[in-house]
Amino acid sequence: MNVGTLEAFALVVRRELCLSFRRPDQLLQPLVFFLIVTTLFPLGLSLQLSLLRDMAPGVLWVAALLSSLLSLDALFKSDADDGTLEQLALSGQGLTLIVVAKTFAHWLVTGVALVLASPVVATALGIPGSAFTTMMLSLGLGTLTLSWLGAIGAGLTVGLRRGNVLLSLIVLPLAMPLLIFGAGATDRAISGVSPTGALYFLAALCVFTCTLAPFAATVALRISLE
Amino acid sequence: MNTAVEGLGVEGVHIWRGDRHVLKGVSLSLQPRQLLHIAGPNGTGKTTLLRVVCGLLRPEQGRVSWLGKPIASVRAEYQAALAYASHEPALKADLTALENLRFAVGLKRRVTVDELRGSLERTGVAACSDLPARVLSAGQRRRVAMARVLAMGASLWLLDEPFTNLDAAGTDLLSSLLQSHVEQGGAALVVAHQDLKIDVDMRRLDLGP
Repeated sequence: MNVGTLEAFALVVRRELCLSFRRPDQLLQPLVFFLIVTTLFPLGLSLQLSLLRDMAPGVLWVAALLSSLLSLDALFKSDADDGTLEQLALSGQGLTLIVVAKTFAHWLVTGVALVLASPVVATALGIPGSAFTTMMLSLGLGTLTLSWLGAIGAGLTVGLRRGNVLLSLIVLPLAMPLLIFGAGATDRAISGVSPTGALYFLAALCVFTCTLAPFAATVALRISLE
Repeated sequence: MNTAVEGLGVEGVHIWRGDRHVLKGVSLSLQPRQLLHIAGPNGTGKTTLLRVVCGLLRPEQGRVSWLGKPIASVRAEYQAALAYASHEPALKADLTALENLRFAVGLKRRVTVDELRGSLERTGVAACSDLPARVLSAGQRRRVAMARVLAMGASLWLLDEPFTNLDAAGTDLLSSLLQSHVEQGGAALVVAHQDLKIDVDMRRLDLGP
């Protein structure tokens, strides 16, 4: 009996989550990186809380972008290296579905973890509690967008020996709008101005990449598979 | 003109890898109840040919057809009908043998855990079902990969050097599995260096340098 699309999607997501939780060290690395990088800033800037608070949104966002990038490299590479990617590609489900499921699972274990950890970091950086909702919402949208952008980069660099740096060079310029609007939204929320405009922009970017990136990533991956 | 309307047909496939002309106009056809043994020295494009047949690699010239239609136009049906075993066992080291099978076969068709255990038993690795693939020996991994092919219930088997790392008993086992698959109406394309001792309608294609 044939397997439905939703069923197959759920199965691939389960596979990815199962694999992630078998390797807790790799699962926690981006999160610990995020915590450490953001902790370094208050130490470096010492006692000027006002300066720290001004810089906080930028620091938070740059750290979040970099830590998400850490794990993107392995998105398709580990499957390509052991041959399981070929099995997935020949599963009869279409490569796009596989790409969507894998990227979504990647966001679940990295993006969502960052969002949940962000209030701790925000407190350390002196961001007031009133801005937490905006900050978490913008980080959620931003990390999801970044996972999609990263999927394109990971698809392109999957065949390379040391694709990690190249992946960053491809993805980071594309992530600039995220940084501008994401940090902007958080900044506005801190100073008590409505962040709605910036959040709408982030949401638009998120929808844009969610709809187009799966196809771009599939094509990139198919080329790399050959 | 190729007569392969019913099964698999490959016509005049050319592949270049950089300056190297790897496949020089390879043609073959495969019908149900047939086995095609692909042989040839290292580096003559046996794996490349198998990847072309799978549809993982698009030929620069020539075409691959399934039931008379180009495979690109019947991709989903074609993939549902084939089981490919690459020369790596393609197992996730962190997953158990059974989980590996469940996540791979589950995308092709609905299977129960008992069915998967059954196919692991047929390849003689039932005892390894719940062990992570990382602790299995190379031969055991090969047997698990074979169990995956069995469990997929596909009519077309594409096997890349399936006898590697198998002991004498494993070689006999695989031969008998191939034999019963072909006798039950399946077809198989097997890349192997040694002679196959299988009593079915078997042809041999030698790829030269």
